[in-house]
Amino acid sequence: MSTLALEDRNRRTMLMAFAIALSMLGLGYASVPLYELFCKVTGFGGTTQVASAAEADLAERLASSAGGRTFSIRFDANTAVGMPWEFRPVQVTDTVSVGQRDMATYIARNNSDEPITGTATFKVEPEQAGIHFNKIQCFCFTEQTLQPGQEVRMPVLYYVDPKVMDDPNMEGVEQITLSYTFHRAITD
Amino acid sequence: MATTADTFQAHTDEHHHDADHKPGFFVRWFMSTNHKDIGTLYLIFAIFAGIIGGAFSGMMRMELAEPGIQYLHTFATWFGAENPTMDQALHTWNVLITAHGLIMVFFMVMPAIIGGFGNWFVPLMIGAPDMAFPRMNNISFWLTVAGFCSLLASAFVPGGTGLGAGVGWTVYAPLSTTGSVGPAMDFAIFSLHLAGAGSILGATNFITTIFNMRAPGMTLHKMPLFVWSVLVTAFLLLLALPVLAAAITMLLTDRNFGTTFFDAAGGGDPILYQHLFWFFGHPEVYIMILPAFGIISQIISTFSRKPVFGYLGMAYAMVAIGVVGFIVWAHHMYTVGMDVNTKMYFTAATMVIAVPTGIKIFSWIATMWGGSIEFKSPMVWAIGFIFLFTVGGVTGVYLANGGIDNNVHDTYFVVAHFHYVLSLGAVTGLFAGFYYWFPKMSGKMHSEFLAHLHFWIFFVGVNLIFFPQHFLGLNGMPRRIPDYPEAFAYWNGISTLGYEITVVSVLVWFVNIAYAYTMGKKAEGNYWGEGATTLEWTLSSPPPFHQFETLPVIEDKDHH
Repeated sequence: MSTLALEDRNRRTMLMAFAIALSMLGLGYASVPLYELFCKVTGFGGTTQVASAAEADLAERLASSAGGRTFSIRFDANTAVGMPWEFRPVQVTDTVSVGQRDMATYIARNNSDEPITGTATFKVEPEQAGIHFNKIQCFCFTEQTLQPGQEVRMPVLYYVDPKVMDDPNMEGVEQITLSYTFHRAITD
Repeated sequence: MATTADTFQAHTDEHHHDADHKPGFFVRWFMSTNHKDIGTLYLIFAIFAGIIGGAFSGMMRMELAEPGIQYLHTFATWFGAENPTMDQALHTWNVLITAHGLIMVFFMVMPAIIGGFGNWFVPLMIGAPDMAFPRMNNISFWLTVAGFCSLLASAFVPGGTGLGAGVGWTVYAPLSTTGSVGPAMDFAIFSLHLAGAGSILGATNFITTIFNMRAPGMTLHKMPLFVWSVLVTAFLLLLALPVLAAAITMLLTDRNFGTTFFDAAGGGDPILYQHLFWFFGHPEVYIMILPAFGIISQIISTFSRKPVFGYLGMAYAMVAIGVVGFIVWAHHMYTVGMDVNTKMYFTAATMVIAVPTGIKIFSWIATMWGGSIEFKSPMVWAIGFIFLFTVGGVTGVYLANGGIDNNVHDTYFVVAHFHYVLSLGAVTGLFAGFYYWFPKMSGKMHSEFLAHLHFWIFFVGVNLIFFPQHFLGLNGMPRRIPDYPEAFAYWNGISTLGYEITVVSVLVWFVNIAYAYTMGKKAEGNYWGEGATTLEWTLSSPPPFHQFETLPVIEDKDHH
């Protein structure tokens, strides 16, 4: 037991307890960037990965030596409530070999009479495919502004990582759905 | 249990003339710094809040008694809506479920079991004169009251579709952000802030009191199990509530200051709110039940006239439940879209909790085994607790399975499960504690006959309410709906009948309290006899206004 008077010991214990509470409050806020980081790194919840062109080249070479497995990729397009755009994929489905680069195109059209900036959220299903689904280029990386009545074609350049063939969670998965939802940008 | 301290009875008597000098009414009850008075205030407040929360559940059972919408429009007018539309009436339903949940969790069970019994008996059981920070104790109580007022106020101001905050006790985004325009939601969030701040201060107070103010000789391993349970609970509060505070503050800034923590359009994620909420929410259910475990341990030991079987195992089982309780939260959100490995982890981790819980159930039964059992009212309530809590625990193990939960998520099966552990578990524990300690607190004996009658009517009533809800849930009746297909009518009717029976039991309780204060015999210091060995039984009933000015000494030879 410490030799401090009871009052001092009490104050010390109280401060320690408050420190614990405060650090948990901090942890609550820290969880926002940590959660984002966790999803990005692990592909949790179907978070797709971003790859450079060099990585894509490497993946293509690896895949060609490993032999092919193909996936059917389905394309899904949604708009959030209050977003007056028409948004759809040009092709509903594509078949790609592992490692093969493929370009998919979406079409967006601003049906309102004012310019609108949109931002797209994205994920893939099934969720365990997120870590293997790489985008080299995507309209979802930046905000898009469409003038009234304007229609644009928006490309996505992607490939499925050859590591998918070593992932037991991907056994039996033949189809991956790439889904986008356009929201009206908060800054708009 | 760990303590027999009849050696110092004389000390308290010596100080009696000083000890009982009480301040005037206003100063005593509105500026109170006495742990017993604050405990009493908490108990009165919890009873009051419980009546309101219980009335809300009565309104819900009325509406659910038959298919179709019968009363919701009337209820909506009670909150001030004029000629409510169907949508506004349905919103009133959401307000009722929200208010019922928040009131029962934050303003009934927590104040009663931690604020009430914790304040009253933790200092008495460890031989301390009062809590470590008496004035902070007072602040904790009044913050809770202010929080309750804020929640009640929210019911009368616009909350989006109608009056009041209709989001469920989980307050999920985006329903609680873009889905609930108007001040009602802000009032409800503010209410949680206030109640949370009060609880964090209270938890700090308990931790300091228990660590620093135990009587000489009372080591941690000699503390009564109720004190252990409050200690573990206080740590859970300290670790869980700030996370809730962070989450709801983010909600508040998302609503009012343009942040996008939970808004996908701005790069946020509403699922993150669910993770944060349940990181708090799961420990929260242990916060409500652990002190009840402590109460039940005291009672079973007292009326079996035996020390608790496996004292250390009982204490560390609670610690284990508390620790593991922090790493199982996502079992509340299996259906958000989770890969199979994550589900497997959360299923396995959740089931692990059944082990320390099983140790507790086993040890209670083992305590009774071979004891000279007396079926006094607290004991009957305690045995009822073990039965009801075990039923809820078993459905909990069932629900822990990610695969099964996909089918019964958000059905009445879940409602039945958590009411068995909380409404029947924690509340039965509260009544057990009430009958165990009421004469100690008031100095008047209640009627044992009425206490038994209360138990049996309550037991029949609550089982009639909640057991049929298992069937409804397994047959697919969703929770949080005011109307349902004809097929669910039969068991819903039974459930509402059960509610009416439960109300009768509560009336018996009130009659019993009235009996105690008008005709009740004066309670002796230790009215339960030789089985009651903890320090509060060495004092008079009610205990002197200030106790243990000379600290009791716990002798070393004394083993549990």
